[in-house]
Formats: sequence, structure tokens, C-alpha cells
Amino acid sequence: MKKSDWILAGFILAAALAVFLLYSAGSEGDVRSLTIRIDDQVYGNYDLNEDQIIVINDTNTLEIKEGKAVMIHADCPDQLCVHQKAISKNRESIICLPNKVVVLVESSEDSELDAVSQ
Amino acid sequence: MRTRVVSFGVFVALALIFSYIEGLIPIRLGIPGAKLGLANLIVVIALYKVSWKETLLLAVVRVLLAGFMFGTLFSIIYSIAGGLFSLAVMMVLKRSGRFSVAGVSIAGGTAHNIGQMVVAMLVIESYSIIYYIPVLLAAGVLTGLVIGIAANEMLKRLVKINL
Repeated sequence: MKKSDWILAGFILAAALAVFLLYSAGSEGDVRSLTIRIDDQVYGNYDLNEDQIIVINDTNTLEIKEGKAVMIHADCPDQLCVHQKAISKNRESIICLPNKVVVLVESSEDSELDAVSQ
Repeated sequence: MRTRVVSFGVFVALALIFSYIEGLIPIRLGIPGAKLGLANLIVVIALYKVSWKETLLLAVVRVLLAGFMFGTLFSIIYSIAGGLFSLAVMMVLKRSGRFSVAGVSIAGGTAHNIGQMVVAMLVIESYSIIYYIPVLLAAGVLTGLVIGIAANEMLKRLVKINL
């Protein structure tokens, strides 16, 4: 291999790193919102960047803190939704089946990776 | 003339077999969409062994044949875009005379991924997948390097064969 080959490879990798850094810097201001649905009816939309506690129909309580949402209370016996990990990324969800509550993170820039696959 | 037709047939056959073998190898590199591009090994060798017209024809024919046999309409479109862009970049770099086989192949592997990415953007009408470009660039350098080293070793042993 010649020296110019290594320079070329280094240049491409540097370009890759630059695009990566640009993208990760740009995604900080990404607007994500939280949609709560009960029995398929939209209950409300909330800003995920704003810390708040949402009481849903007196059955569930959701806390948004530091861009992440977690269910802190549910009146159902199994408590599955309370034990789910905090959600923050696009299309992550917390579902409380007994109360038919669905909490879904939605990004303003929808991820379209699945638009065409094979 | 006769030997050129024969050698072109051998190149197409080898490229097709390599496309097939690649489908059998279960290595996925952990990156969706990234492949080693074994068939590109034949294209790189052809680039150094036969005229650019025949190399171009080989690149198109092998994508069409492999696509109809193993792929889908979409995979043909992606492969044609990647293959032609890759070949164009490799021809320019080879003609410049500054790079060895490995360098030409690295540029080709990267260009292949960029060409596919551009078509993907046009197909889904979104630029949001641009964040995947760093991964594909790095993967292109890696696979291009492997293919380039392999092609270089093969070319060393093919000097006696003049096509």
C-alpha cells in the first residue's frame, strides 16, 4: 500500500467522524413529544423536555424527568408498567394493559428506517 | 477476439458465483446493509486486467444477473447505483496513478455505499437516514481494504495472463 492510500482512508474516516459529530450535535435539540392514549382515544400530548407529573384518569401517574418518562403509579394489581424502564427514544412505549393506557414517544422527525426493507 | 469473449464470460461467471457465495456466508458484520462485496473483487481485478468498457459492461451485467437470480427489484436499483458510482470513482483514481489497488478499492467500497444511500434517500424521499452515513463510510473503508488486499494478491499471480 502506498502512503496516498492511507491518506485516502484517513480522509474518508475523518469525514465519517465529522458527519457523526454534526449529527449527534444536531439531535440534541430534537423535539420529542409524548402521546398518551386511553382505549385508543388520545388523552393528551406532552413535551418530553419539560419536567412534569401527569395524573392519568386517577388510575396511573406518569413522571417526566430529564427527557425521560416513567410510570410511577398504577392502581392495577400486576404493576407491570411501573416496572418498565424509562422511555425517551422515538417509538418507545409504556403500556398499562388493565387500564388500556398507552404512552408513546414520538419524534417530530419521524424515523423512516423501516420505510423500505428488502 | 475469441479470448476476450471467453475471458469476459469467465469474469461474469466468477462475479455471479461470488455473489452467490456471499449470500451463503452468514457474517453480517453487525451493520445492517453492510456486506463484504465479494463480487466487487472481480470488478477490481477486471479494472486492472481488461478495458474500461468491458469492466463497465461486467459491472452492469453482474448486477442484473445476480439481481434477477438472488435479489429483488429494489436490490437491483440499489446495486446498480452503488456499482456504477463505485466504478466511476475507481476509474478516476486508477487513472490518476497515485493510488495502489488497495486505495482504489477503498474509494470504490465507500463510493458503493454512498451511491446506495443516495438512491435510498430518493426512494423514501427523506434525508433523515443521513445519520447512517458515518457507519457506511467506515464499513466501506473496511470492506474496500479487505477486497483491495485480496485483489492485489490475485493480480500479482495473474501477471502471466494477458487479456
